[in-house]
Amino acid sequence: MTRPSAFTLVSMAALMLTLTFLALPIVAIFTDVAPRDLIASLDDPAALDALRLSLLTSGLALSIIVLVGTPAAWLLATRRFRGRALATTLVELPLVVPPAAAGIGLLAAFGPLGVVGSQLDAAGIRLVLETAGVVAALTFVASPFYLRQAQAGFAAVDPRLLDASRTLGASELMTFLRVGVPASRAALSAGAALAWGRALGEFGATLLFAGSLRGVTQTAPLAIYERFGTDFTGALALSAVLVLLAATILVAVRLATPEADAER
Amino acid sequence: MRARALMLALTLSAGLSACGESSREAVLDVSAATSLKPALDHARFQHARVRLSFAGSDVLAAQIRAGARPDVYIAANSELPRALAREGLVQTPVPLARNELVLAVPRDGARVAGLADLGRDGVRIAIGARSVPVGAYADSVIDQLDAGLRRRVLANVRSREPDVAGIIGKLAHGAVDAGFVYRTDARAASPRIRAISFAARLQPRVVYEAAVVTGTDQPRAARAYVGDLVRGRGAQALRASGFRPP
Repeated sequence: MTRPSAFTLVSMAALMLTLTFLALPIVAIFTDVAPRDLIASLDDPAALDALRLSLLTSGLALSIIVLVGTPAAWLLATRRFRGRALATTLVELPLVVPPAAAGIGLLAAFGPLGVVGSQLDAAGIRLVLETAGVVAALTFVASPFYLRQAQAGFAAVDPRLLDASRTLGASELMTFLRVGVPASRAALSAGAALAWGRALGEFGATLLFAGSLRGVTQTAPLAIYERFGTDFTGALALSAVLVLLAATILVAVRLATPEADAER
Repeated sequence: MRARALMLALTLSAGLSACGESSREAVLDVSAATSLKPALDHARFQHARVRLSFAGSDVLAAQIRAGARPDVYIAANSELPRALAREGLVQTPVPLARNELVLAVPRDGARVAGLADLGRDGVRIAIGARSVPVGAYADSVIDQLDAGLRRRVLANVRSREPDVAGIIGKLAHGAVDAGFVYRTDARAASPRIRAISFAARLQPRVVYEAAVVTGTDQPRAARAYVGDLVRGRGAQALRASGFRPP
């Protein structure tokens, strides 16, 4: 048995430190309050409203992201065109834009005084302080998580497969649907899971753009913040539900697409 | 190789402890209600460097209950500091200033000229969450309206914001037509926002109270800071921003 090198030891210590730091707050959510109290404080119509709204809005946002994002990522991954690098960067920008800045930006664009918002307003369409506004905020912050993975997945498909499909006379749509999407299934579902998780957790952009009103715009993270001031146990309970939900999504994707691990 | 790693570790830890030393000059952490921001940002305190942290009074109180230890806590009501004092988390609160609740509307193109307009169809209102003082005060005003008007006003509430900054922001961006904020908030946002007063009998009693947090390691500086806000330069800064004497 050879002794591990100093660097291996340092790496191991670094990994332990990372795991402890990342796991501790998650564990604390479940250990700070007795499970019975956690469950009891969930029996509150406002909490259930918030969870229902979170599921609805994040589900809608994810549908939009997948429907629009998949063909967009396909183009970014399979075609060379002018401005492609710029487009890829733009797609990733919401990853690093602070959510509060995203909220202000959405207000400036789609608010009643905004460039597009004033036109929408005239047409009778309102996003600000409406459920649709929550969906817009979630779509904005979560889409890069899906698009990145989808683009990487499509780019990793063997080009000979795609060429074979095209040579055999399949249309671009058929190549995309029959070859591209199945071959990238793991990346697409991993991206969708990450995007959904991010959407479920969104706070800042939602608060600034959509506000916080029970049953209309108050998603679970906003309800956590509101409860924090008066009902710490209730805030913990809602947090616990969100953590469990997020963990379930991640695990489900891992189980459904075991090759996702091998690919990375 | 191992020696070099050790050297690196030593250098790093020396650097970290040096940071610890240099920040040991007197720094006072003050958790204050968001509505105090325009005043406290401009108040100069002579005896210590002051680090201000603004949020809704309820959230700041919850942080203290969860173990946060600022040196001074200032709330936009007397209930929260007194509750914390009963729990032994802060010392006896001191009244600092008074404020007034107003109806805030955009300066241009306002659709609301008074409380009665709040019940009109299509009017959009933002108020504070129930747990934050500015929301509780707004609820107390709305509760006193006639049943019919009250119902219509509540139906027009489009957002319950965590603090006054959220309400002012929604107003400034045209997201809502009116909101209940403090007179000082409307004044600080004055070019874009106009304050409308309402009948004195509806006016809640808005008092700010400050308390030294129990267990602070600089109780003297903390008490001096509160004293300065009661009568001193801090008090002058409060008056200059429109806060009235307690």
